[in-house]
Amino acid sequence: MARLEWLQRQIEGIKEEHVIENREHSAAVRLQSWFRGCQVRARLRLLHRKATIIQKVWRGFRARNQFRQMVKKAYFVMKMNFYNEMAIRIQRRWRGYYVRKYIHNYYALKRYLEGLTIKNEQVRKDLEEFAELQRREMERLAREREGQRKCLQAQRLHFLLSTEQCPGVFNSPYRDFPHEMELRLRSIKPLLAKNAPLRRDSGGSPACSLPPVPSKKPQGPFRDPAEVLQQRYRPLEPTLRVATSITALEEAREELRREEWRSRVIDDIFQPFSNAHKNRKYERTLHGTSSYEQVDYGTKYFREENKEKRQGEKLLFFSLGLSQNHPGARVHSPIHVVQLLGQREQSTVLTCVTRSRGS
Amino acid sequence: TRLSSLSTIATRCAPSYFFEQYQKSRMQFVQTVAELASRPQNIETLQNAGVMSLLRPLLLDVVPTIQQTAALALGRLASYNDDLAEAVVKGEILPQLVYSLAEQNRFYKKAAAFVLRAVAKHSPQLAQAVVDCGALDALVVSLEDFDPGVKEAAAWALDYIACHNGELSQAVVDAGAVPLLVLCIQEPELAVKRIAASALNDIAKHSPELAQTVVDAGAIAHLAQMILNPDAKLKRQVFSALSQISKHSVDLAEMVVEAEVFPAVLTSLKDPDEHVRKNATTLIREIAKHTPELSQMIVNAGGVAAVIDYLGDSRGNVRLSGIMMLGYVAAHSENLAMAVIVSKGVPQLAICLAEETEDHIRSATAWALGQIGRHSPEHARAVAMANVLPRLLAFYMDAQSSDDLQAKAKKALKSILQKCTYVPALEPLLHEAPSNILKHVICQFSKVLLHDSKARRLFVTSGGLKKVQEIKAEPGSLLQEYINSINNCFPEEIVRYYSPGYSETLLEQLEKYQPI
Repeated sequence: MARLEWLQRQIEGIKEEHVIENREHSAAVRLQSWFRGCQVRARLRLLHRKATIIQKVWRGFRARNQFRQMVKKAYFVMKMNFYNEMAIRIQRRWRGYYVRKYIHNYYALKRYLEGLTIKNEQVRKDLEEFAELQRREMERLAREREGQRKCLQAQRLHFLLSTEQCPGVFNSPYRDFPHEMELRLRSIKPLLAKNAPLRRDSGGSPACSLPPVPSKKPQGPFRDPAEVLQQRYRPLEPTLRVATSITALEEAREELRREEWRSRVIDDIFQPFSNAHKNRKYERTLHGTSSYEQVDYGTKYFREENKEKRQGEKLLFFSLGLSQNHPGARVHSPIHVVQLLGQREQSTVLTCVTRSRGS
Repeated sequence: TRLSSLSTIATRCAPSYFFEQYQKSRMQFVQTVAELASRPQNIETLQNAGVMSLLRPLLLDVVPTIQQTAALALGRLASYNDDLAEAVVKGEILPQLVYSLAEQNRFYKKAAAFVLRAVAKHSPQLAQAVVDCGALDALVVSLEDFDPGVKEAAAWALDYIACHNGELSQAVVDAGAVPLLVLCIQEPELAVKRIAASALNDIAKHSPELAQTVVDAGAIAHLAQMILNPDAKLKRQVFSALSQISKHSVDLAEMVVEAEVFPAVLTSLKDPDEHVRKNATTLIREIAKHTPELSQMIVNAGGVAAVIDYLGDSRGNVRLSGIMMLGYVAAHSENLAMAVIVSKGVPQLAICLAEETEDHIRSATAWALGQIGRHSPEHARAVAMANVLPRLLAFYMDAQSSDDLQAKAKKALKSILQKCTYVPALEPLLHEAPSNILKHVICQFSKVLLHDSKARRLFVTSGGLKKVQEIKAEPGSLLQEYINSINNCFPEEIVRYYSPGYSETLLEQLEKYQPI
């Protein structure tokens, strides 16, 4: 028991020692670990500091570059803005100038319209004048025509002129003053029949009445009256076209045809001499002109048949010299003789025959 | 006497006497027919008596005078109506006539050409029948004849053939007629010149190619020379021909202008003859319508003033070409429109609008005014000051105006109103216009009233604001927006004062009011 207690006290004491040992051990460990920790921390701190320095330097370097870039860019942008501003100012001025001068020139337009107004007025005035002139011209012509017509009428009615004894139609005693026709009648010379213009239904232009030719040459640069009369009464020499009649062509053709019919004797075409014999018309023989059969005469009979007809005939041969009997002359029947004679001879023979028959 | 009676008996028995009698009676017959045919009332009786078949053999008669008179009678009959002309064609008379055109003397040629022309003038089919007989070659040959009467008759026949349509004109051109016609124009006789000018006119009017053919033959120079001729009918034809040539294209119009027609045309605007003036104006119109440069040239020559004077002097249908010319000139650009305004064109057009009763002239005037006023506020102001807008509105609203007039009046109104800032002219429109026009009026008011205080005062006092409040518009539509913008120009009380039913609301307030 005591050992046990002693052992137990020893155990307690060993336990305490162990505990103290452990405590010292752990304290030593703690101290050492803390010291190691401090070492490491110091080391790390150094490293951190070093790294920070490096990073700091590097960052500064980078940032300064970037800043430089930014500044350059900002400067550039500022410059460009400035240039743009100035360019806009120039362009604004230029555009204003150009448009005002070339595209829509207000003052030029205004001047143009003013000029146009003046020109229009001018044109209007000119046209008015022209119309006025035309109108006056027409009126003048109308008045002249009227005057001429009245003059002509007065000339025709010259016998209505009033005399001392007897007032005329136009000079009635009840009037204050004579009619204008009366005054006209007094002033004109009566119209000679030969000079009177032909009365036309429509009042056409008066016939070209020429001034009279004096019998003596008046003083001055005038031509001889004989010459003038010759020129005035020169006969008309119509041109060929005027002088040909409507049917000139047909008449000429007709004339030609008649001429041909009259003058042409020979209807054969004229042959050139070299070809004369070539174009000779083939004349058939007497033998060939009759029918192809053998004629009866010469075989069947030798004499004429119709004896009754030829009772009182005396054929006249001596004038033709055919009654001579010379040897070798063939005996011809009277009919053949007549056929051999020409047409003229035939007719004379026939008339002789009829005459002899009749008598 | 016994001897003489014996001799008369002997002559009467002789065969030559009968032949002479027959010839005399034929001659008498044909002359009487020709004379009767010149009066329209006889032609029915003649037709019933079968005169065509009687005249046909006389065309082949021995005696030339009978032939010619028969042809003349046929021509007069055929020119009366197209049944007779068809009878001429069916009776196969035309080939005979065409043959004799080549062969016979000048009087017969004239009569034959007269018949051809009388047949061809009625319709294109008859003209085609004439062409099919080979008449064109014979007519072109007769154009070269010495006698001016023959030339005139041939040119007239070609004219009537060519006037119907383009194919017939092309056939005439292919026969080689155009150079000969240009030669005919240079002839000294007036009648030949007239007819040749008319023929060129009818050829050139159908298509640009035909007009180019006419120009290539050198017609323009000769036509331009003839403008100064004193004869009125010739000038009519010349101006008509030049306008038909120039209407087709810019090049042709420029060629006509290069021929130095311009100051001479303006003097012709004062010619005593009405048709000469009308055709001269038509020529100016055809030239002006192509390009701004040509219109500028015409304006610089004082053409606008001349045409405006012409409009003042003339009445009726002839004004149409002058009005259209002003419209074309103003349509090209705003400077030209300003030139028209400065030349006092707008009052003249307003007078035309008021005086004329024909719908087509009114629609042309409305169109021209629209072209003048549409360019800028100054132009619209000038047009509005001439008191034109109410009249245009009246035409648009009138149920009796033709569709064309209504459409043109509406378009003109719209185009003028879109630029108009002249308040006194807009006011009457506010009261009368239908809703589609009113939209534009309100739009213009909203633009003007924003800036001008005097105008606002006038607007209120003249009752315009009241009217605006009475307008019913769908919310969200353009009209409502404009009305809102107008209402914003005025103070709240005034707008409420003028709103409809304000007096009722005031009375209601009065009833609700409890005096203290």
